[in-house]
Amino acid sequence: MELTPLDAVVRLSWLAAAVAFVIGLSRMNSPATARNGNLVSAGGMVLAIGATAVWLLIKPPTGSFNPIGWAIIVAGVAVGGGYGLYSARTVKMTAMPQLVSLFNAVGGGAAALIAIDEYLRHAGSVPGLQENVATVLDIAIGSVTFTGSLIASGKLMGLKITPAKPVMIPGGRIVTALLALIVVAGSLFLFLGNYNVAVMLAILAAALVFGVTMTLPIGGADMPVVISLLNSFTGTAVAMAGFVLNNPVLIIAGALVGASGAILTKLMADAMNRSILNIMLGGFGSGDAVAGAVAGPGGSVREVSMDDAAIQLAYASSVIVVPGYGLAVAQAQHGVRELAELLESRGVTVSYAIHPVAGRMPGHMNVLLAEANVPYPQLKEMDDINPEFDRCDVALVIGANDVTNPAARRPGSPVSGMPILDVDHAKNIIVMKRSMGRGYAGIDNELYTNPKTGMLFADAKQGLADLISAVKAL
Amino acid sequence: MNGDPATTSMPIDLAFTIFVLAILCGIAVISKVPATLHTPLMSGANSIHGIVLVGAMIVAVAADNPVSYLLCFLAVAFASLNVVGGYVVTDRMLQMFRRKPTAPKADKAED
Repeated sequence: MELTPLDAVVRLSWLAAAVAFVIGLSRMNSPATARNGNLVSAGGMVLAIGATAVWLLIKPPTGSFNPIGWAIIVAGVAVGGGYGLYSARTVKMTAMPQLVSLFNAVGGGAAALIAIDEYLRHAGSVPGLQENVATVLDIAIGSVTFTGSLIASGKLMGLKITPAKPVMIPGGRIVTALLALIVVAGSLFLFLGNYNVAVMLAILAAALVFGVTMTLPIGGADMPVVISLLNSFTGTAVAMAGFVLNNPVLIIAGALVGASGAILTKLMADAMNRSILNIMLGGFGSGDAVAGAVAGPGGSVREVSMDDAAIQLAYASSVIVVPGYGLAVAQAQHGVRELAELLESRGVTVSYAIHPVAGRMPGHMNVLLAEANVPYPQLKEMDDINPEFDRCDVALVIGANDVTNPAARRPGSPVSGMPILDVDHAKNIIVMKRSMGRGYAGIDNELYTNPKTGMLFADAKQGLADLISAVKAL
Repeated sequence: MNGDPATTSMPIDLAFTIFVLAILCGIAVISKVPATLHTPLMSGANSIHGIVLVGAMIVAVAADNPVSYLLCFLAVAFASLNVVGGYVVTDRMLQMFRRKPTAPKADKAED
């Protein structure tokens, strides 16, 4: 096997891109270096794509220049890249999860399309077992992630056909199981050395529908897990495309993303104390937890006035804000930052306690607060902030519910075992909430009946504005 | 068989070795990312799998029939959307993470 200088340069460019991806990801370990890391990663991507383009131009694999092929590439890059640039520039930060989900869908879709195209080209000749396995896996995983991510994206957008609440299709699980069976049986048939386009198309169709039936029954609050899982699937599909095309950079990049998605999936599932299987099967607490032992609302609820809340906050020495997704829904991130700055100007130390699943994708709440100009050193992770609650004068809970429920520490409740923020350890607690409504788990929050807790019934945005003027009036 | 990067068959054991080592590398690197950055991490990882554009280009230059043209066009368009959108949106997110507020407030800076 001889390697021309051009081939060598292309391969080294791919290697350089792989190195850039790893460096880019490792620079994500601190907010100070993350942006630069993303640029390094993007640089590697440009290098890999550029080197590939030059190489395909100088040394076309078919032997001669393919004008239609190149027209397709130019048109595809213009259309896809143009829309990508537009949507990425204009998206609102609250709508970030659905856009990331869309990008994930098309990545998986592209990987599947490549495998389908390669498969059709064999035209009768049976691909070797290795290529066969990679092709089938690429088509199956890529298709599941394509429709699955599109459904997830639609749910996050709140589209009517894909409501955020779990959609239970009658016999849905049986259908899903049947589809999986079709994919497995079809794959085995092809692995045995048969070349059959109809079977390949059946696998494709079953996998596409599987993505839909798998994602539809999953509820909105479980989205961080689902998105992470689908992200991992896309990475795997891209790695499989790398096996199909014998391309190391696709294998490496796909493996990196697959690993990243898998880690996040595990972290998110742990943060909800649910197994991935339980989430994928849909419905909250349908597994281990028994509803029988749930303690009812034992005590009475104490209401606190806006002025009292303002006094507590303004004369505290340290305040911890506990934001939940309700805060983002009410578009009150800027209000909370304003209140925090006001308190800081009075000498109060303010920090934010962020639960891992606050938001609709992993770490979503941090992005929303960063957008509202909250300095990132104030954004504290659960494990770092929990010991701080013992020393904190006032914990201000806005739009968070289940993740603050002390019932999680005892067995017998649907939230049992779920890691929570130790809000009840604070000396005083103020909960800003519109009503006594329940959270996603559908149970009463014992924090609200804690004698230290004052309930401030208000819409987050309006409530914060009132609180700010009340503090200013002091 | 010549040395073409796209047509030279990689031995499957070698390809699989690369795959497994890259997964381990990914786990090692990503485990260190703080929860604060999980959204940009996912979005950044998302952009990385846009490398599938390289694969889409390789199949597109060999396309020679209408079905293939359609499949390749969709593959290239999807992959480009993935790459461009992914990196731009990640950059937009990361530029918002600041150590200090940008508003010209001369308050005492903590930390």
